[in-house]
Amino acid sequence: MAAVSGLVRRPLEQVTVREAINQGMDEELERDEKVFLLGEEVAQYDGAYKVSRGLWKKYGDKRIIDTPISEMGFAGIAVGAAMAGLRPICEFMTFNFSMQAIDQVINSAAKTYYMSGGFQSVPIVFRGPNGASAGVAAQHSQCFAAWYGHCPGLKVVSPWNSEDAKGLIKSAIRDNNPVVVLENELMYGVPFEFPSEAQSKDFLIPIGKAKIERQGTHITVVSHSRPVGHCLEAATVLSKEGIECEVINMRTIRPMDIETIEASVMKTNHLITVEGGWPQFGVGAEICARIMEGTYFRETEYSSVYLDTGYRSEAKASFSPRPCIQFPGCSCSSRHWC
Amino acid sequence: MLAAAVSRVLSGVTQKPASRVLVASCNYSNDAMFAIKKCDLYRLEEGPPVTTVLTREDGLKYYRMMQTVRRMELKADQLYKQKFIRGFCHLCDGQEACSVGLEAGINPTDHVITSYRAHGLCYTRGLSVRSILAELTGRRGGCAKGKGGSMHMYVKNFYGGNGIVGAQGPLGAGIALACKYKGNKEVCLTLYGDGAANQGQIAEAHNMAALWKLPCVFICENNLYGMGTPVERASASTDYYKRGNFIPGLRVDGMDVLGVREATKFVADYCRSGKGPIVMELQTYRYHGHSMSDPGISYRTREEVQNVRKKSDPIMLLKDRMVNSELATVEELKDIDVEVRKEVEDAAQFALTDPEPPLEELAHHIYCNTPAFEVRGANQWIKFKSLS
Repeated sequence: MAAVSGLVRRPLEQVTVREAINQGMDEELERDEKVFLLGEEVAQYDGAYKVSRGLWKKYGDKRIIDTPISEMGFAGIAVGAAMAGLRPICEFMTFNFSMQAIDQVINSAAKTYYMSGGFQSVPIVFRGPNGASAGVAAQHSQCFAAWYGHCPGLKVVSPWNSEDAKGLIKSAIRDNNPVVVLENELMYGVPFEFPSEAQSKDFLIPIGKAKIERQGTHITVVSHSRPVGHCLEAATVLSKEGIECEVINMRTIRPMDIETIEASVMKTNHLITVEGGWPQFGVGAEICARIMEGTYFRETEYSSVYLDTGYRSEAKASFSPRPCIQFPGCSCSSRHWC
Repeated sequence: MLAAAVSRVLSGVTQKPASRVLVASCNYSNDAMFAIKKCDLYRLEEGPPVTTVLTREDGLKYYRMMQTVRRMELKADQLYKQKFIRGFCHLCDGQEACSVGLEAGINPTDHVITSYRAHGLCYTRGLSVRSILAELTGRRGGCAKGKGGSMHMYVKNFYGGNGIVGAQGPLGAGIALACKYKGNKEVCLTLYGDGAANQGQIAEAHNMAALWKLPCVFICENNLYGMGTPVERASASTDYYKRGNFIPGLRVDGMDVLGVREATKFVADYCRSGKGPIVMELQTYRYHGHSMSDPGISYRTREEVQNVRKKSDPIMLLKDRMVNSELATVEELKDIDVEVRKEVEDAAQFALTDPEPPLEELAHHIYCNTPAFEVRGANQWIKFKSLS
């Protein structure tokens, strides 16, 4: 299979998420001398997941820095460098390891602009794979969207496809605030069609704006990162039943684009949230809370669909979201498994 | 007049045989040479010089600065007890020679970062007493517009004030990385206490600074107590200047402002020359407890505190040196005391009368350089506007 796929030529405009992030970082490194990348294995290994392939060869030791396995230390070093005027990209091999450094992300980076009364900005990007991968077990599968999305002073983005990945990483690097970029390891190798504007060196996707990936009228389905793909697949299946889903790709977790979601819900009167994180105190819970506080909560029935992050793949399969055939006329208003 | 001067000189000589004194024909000397305690060295062949020349001008400047820090801290103590300052307030009286001596040893373009016991360095790095006291009382004239408080004061080339013990270690190494990256020959003084020295992230910062030869001076301000825990109960090794392991270090008498100055010049030169990081331990003492909620006598005796005040007070040490070597008269220094008291009093008045920041600005400065947006308040009908 691998040999055959090597011979299959992809159409030129197809770019994988990995290539898109690589391109985005490369362009920003070229554009601004102050941008640099640090993290474990980012330089000579070409990146643990090969996302930074070729960058060390092009930019050298000064700008692509391999660090020891010292998350708290190198995250703090990156924040300090940002305070002193550089624009670091700090890679966590996965966001699970960022927990060891989370004090530097929250207390040293996110809160500083506020605590200094607007004096000290921290233009830093924290990026890396987030959420579940294939069989990596509980310690390596947590989704941090809710944890980081909780904190004022941070911007948190979660790209789904290549266009998202390139546009958001570039916006994150140019942003003067600490930005957490939650990538997804299983998406790195997935190719997508790259629109022509995405090939420009100034292609940016605004942070704080969601995208309606698919128009629909019957139900709003909101998601971020890899599950957006699942939602679109589900929408295709449901379409054959005559149910048209409006699929919203959040793109940004914080500041959340609740206006787009609310406008869609006003139209459809139904809402499902789909995420890779745990349900309690999660992204979906926040969306539901905001819709309830919004004008039209009385007109909306809501349910949430969850993905388990357990180790065994068959357990995962049984909890993966499948299109809910019961949905038309589904009258329950509490959360349920689909 | 001359007889009085001569008798003072003679009595000075008998009290301090180690000083060589230049007696000028006018009332004051222009400068004098003083002996400094030799530093303990680790992985270093040579240390800072054991003598230094202090000019009258510098002496008066250091005296004024140390006295200002002292008076400012005592005023903060008073305001705290009157409940005008709330929350955390960690005072550094007793440690004035550290902040003033460090500033004397570096350039204004160098960088400094420290822990929460920061008021002294806030002042020496360039913040006015007014802006510091007003920040403590939470007023809009404070250096952080009243939003940071005691532990979060910033000014150019001074990165706070950090509330999380030890977090400033890697931050300081990062600032040093920026200096090396830009190639500007600047250094970063990264201060932490004897308690923070046991933080893992300090060891991580040491490792990366040494690996990448960052121009970072790691300074352990050892005041013998980490909150209520004496150093022997917290550290397997209390030789903090050796704790950098593969990083050279020196141990300095932190109560002698001239000793601190010379040691700082030495370590700053070391880093500027590209040799990598260095560790400096300043042996010092704080008169107050850990913070305003700590009387400071449950883990040490009153006698110990009084003893340090009597024998090693940094302001007294400088004053004696200057008076005994004719760099200044007692009256002149008293005049400085009066001026400093007035400056601090005026600053306190400002800190008490300046208005608090308006409630409408509560949500400002969440993001930098971002269009205005709304922030939800305590309930969904309360909204705050957030401007950068």
